[in-house]
Amino acid sequence: MPRHHRYLAPLAAVGLVLTSCGSDDLAIPTSGSDVAGDVTVFAAASLTAAFTEIGAVFEAEYPEAAVVLNFAGSSDLVAQILQSAPADVFASADTSNMDRLVSASGHATEPSMFATNVAEIIVQPGNPLGITGVVDLANDDLIVVQCAPEVPCGRYAAEIYANAGVAVIPKSYEENVNAVVTKVRLGEADAGIVYATDVIGAGDAAQGVAIPADANVIAEYPIAAVADAANLVGAQAFVDFVLAAESQSILAAHGFRTP
Amino acid sequence: MSKRRGGGESLPVPVLALAVVAIAFFALPLIGLLWRAPWSNAWTYLTDDDALTALRLSMVCSLWATGLSVVFGVPLAWLLARGTFPGREAVRALCTLSMVLPPVVGGVALFFALGRRGIVGQYLDQWFGITLPFTTAGVVVAQTFVAMPFLVITVEAALRQLDTRFEDAARTLGASRWYIFRRVTLPSIRPALGAGAVLAWARALGEFGATITFAGNFPGTTQTMPLAVYLSLETNPEEAIVLSLLLIVISFGVLVGLRGRWMGRAEANMATVVP
Amino acid sequence: MDGPGRSEHGNGGAVTLSAQIGLQLGALDLQVDFEVQPGELLALLGPNGAGKSTVLRCLAGLAPIDSGEIRIDGTIVDNPVTDTLVEPEDRSVGFVFQNYLLFEHLSVLENVAFGLRARRTPKVSKAKARSVANDWLGRVGLADYAHQRPGTLSGGQAQRAALARCLATNPRLLLLDEPLAALDAGTRATVRRDLRRFLETFDGMRVLVTHDPVDAYALADRVAILDAGRIVQIGTLAEVTAHPRSRYVADLVGVNLVAGTVAGGVLSTASGATVVIADAPDGPSFAMIRPHSVALARVPADGSSTRNAWRGVIVDIDRLGDRVRVGMAGQLPLTAEITTGALDALALQPGEDIVASVKATDIEVYPS
Repeated sequence: MPRHHRYLAPLAAVGLVLTSCGSDDLAIPTSGSDVAGDVTVFAAASLTAAFTEIGAVFEAEYPEAAVVLNFAGSSDLVAQILQSAPADVFASADTSNMDRLVSASGHATEPSMFATNVAEIIVQPGNPLGITGVVDLANDDLIVVQCAPEVPCGRYAAEIYANAGVAVIPKSYEENVNAVVTKVRLGEADAGIVYATDVIGAGDAAQGVAIPADANVIAEYPIAAVADAANLVGAQAFVDFVLAAESQSILAAHGFRTP
Repeated sequence: MSKRRGGGESLPVPVLALAVVAIAFFALPLIGLLWRAPWSNAWTYLTDDDALTALRLSMVCSLWATGLSVVFGVPLAWLLARGTFPGREAVRALCTLSMVLPPVVGGVALFFALGRRGIVGQYLDQWFGITLPFTTAGVVVAQTFVAMPFLVITVEAALRQLDTRFEDAARTLGASRWYIFRRVTLPSIRPALGAGAVLAWARALGEFGATITFAGNFPGTTQTMPLAVYLSLETNPEEAIVLSLLLIVISFGVLVGLRGRWMGRAEANMATVVP
Repeated sequence: MDGPGRSEHGNGGAVTLSAQIGLQLGALDLQVDFEVQPGELLALLGPNGAGKSTVLRCLAGLAPIDSGEIRIDGTIVDNPVTDTLVEPEDRSVGFVFQNYLLFEHLSVLENVAFGLRARRTPKVSKAKARSVANDWLGRVGLADYAHQRPGTLSGGQAQRAALARCLATNPRLLLLDEPLAALDAGTRATVRRDLRRFLETFDGMRVLVTHDPVDAYALADRVAILDAGRIVQIGTLAEVTAHPRSRYVADLVGVNLVAGTVAGGVLSTASGATVVIADAPDGPSFAMIRPHSVALARVPADGSSTRNAWRGVIVDIDRLGDRVRVGMAGQLPLTAEITTGALDALALQPGEDIVASVKATDIEVYPS
């Protein structure tokens, strides 16, 4: 099982050799025995379920390696990496956070799009308040929560309101999308803007109300190996793994769409 | 080298060394903040509407939380110090539980008690239309929940150490128990009460986990300074540093200023005794 | 209930404090019974742990009694049988505590005014309370200290302030717990004099607890000797010291006290010693032997007129000026008082054998 929230990454001799090459083009490992040690993956909160599964499969494929996962809002993760948190891989829920990382003096290289997601309104099972669309969220009597504007999900929500031409004042801006799901599940909030994958992930505990395509946003998920990663070989292997067919079918099973 | 003058005790060197390490431990983060602060932009960040709103909200809520902690905490402390009833130890552990509980856990627990579907909260909602989550009142509740134990513990300790014979004397002079509590007991524990209130206030001011979980995060209503700092840290660390320093300066001012008033009296009394 | 405390004066006057107290408190088993007349000062004298302060606390209402009854001015304030208990704040009692217990956070004036302002009935305005308090401070000579903190007062001044504080509420019963114990020897005499003058002006009942017989002598009308929770003697100090009935009083007065049973002109003690005495009725009795009546010798004198001679061992020798007190242990422990000349002549040392003798006519015997 991949371990979560561990920040210790061992120094890999192979990584040192490769960084001394100093080019943006990374060598692709030719055999599984090159991939070893901890691979620390910082991934957006919405990827929690999918990446946990992908991490386990990766470890089965590369028995010498161990995947260490850290989930949080994408902006939070970028802040951590810029403060020198030891990440090998960064998977973001939007391109702007990835761009922020890349532009900060050569931190990341070669971002690749590996999935997309759409937003959905999450409500309690049975939709007791009969919410049919984004317009309903403008009702002041409803307790609507969403992500904080710094977090990708929060920005998407603002875009969706603009697209639909409504002004929605939520009751709270949460740190990440998981917190939004939790509050609706607990019954404290009536509705929230989350990803379609989160509605699927909540199972019977919640229900989704679709947002029509003309109002909705497409969330693009890029992934990249962090340039000064401690385990560059492992990082690249993980990125390739996520782009490969097996992971893509796992992502699809969780509700993600093709990039 | 005069070792005789100068009053105070001289600490043994190893003890002194440890104390200096401790001081450095507390000073370094503050120095780090001051060093990295963007002094040129500081004023714009400080006068930002959202920042000032968050500051005002923090001050108002923490003062309310301190007030509630005093009003309810002092009687509780009295009961724990003087009462004799079965299960007193369990009651004390219960009332100070939130000190050891991770604040987020406290926030979740408050949900289950006072949220819309909570044990008591559902009746508050149905009968009185009162909801606490996502309101400023909810912030006060969350802050009081984590801050009150600090006051209770401090005051209880002081009450235990009180010489009850003074209360005997007051009784023989004809004072009722309530009069004695107001005019003899409370004044006697004033330094501890002050210290406890300051501790509770500081804890309430810095509260994050229970607040964001139970009350939520909305500028002007529930976004206190710690929440604002945390969120701005994600996108604009420089703003976060400036806001943090503001909070530190205010807390520093209160702690130093109050120390003279509340704790100073005890030191002054001792000064007259030593010839 | 007729106890040693009950008044034998039979003046038929109003007895306004009547106390029959039975109380078990930790190791103390208290059973006392006494009365105090209006205008009278009763001193409770006795060793530490005898229960003197406990008696005061019972009278004040700070310690409810297990059995008996306490009555002040005809009102029952404590009676377990009828479940009557008047709280201290409702009794008209003033208590001067051993360490005065002035409130540190209030000025001297506010301390004295405390009782007046605390009482709900009659309601006293702040201004009136202050003026009465100022009045009392003037009477005890502390007018200049009105606005100072109690911590700045000397021992004697604090005592006067404590006295003023409880007298300001006009109590019927005044209780003083070792009022001079906290003072050093130098100030004690002066304060004692002032206290006496002051107490004489108080017309209610007064009960004073002390371990110092000089206090009792200077201040009290009657003295009750309390030992191990019982009143063993009560009366004026002269009466009590004339015929000691307890080790405590005997030590106080400085005489030897032998307890035993008289039969046929001989007092026999529990330890088997015999004392030949002059006329005395049979029955349990005390024999009082003054130290200067005890003669010491190395060998028993033959043919002397004394028929009382006891062997013993010298345990201590205390020189007091030109007299010496010699303590002897044995079948009959005694203290003898001889001149230093006699001591030197006999060359006595602790640990040596000695014989003590007393003439029967020098022994005072009275029933116990």
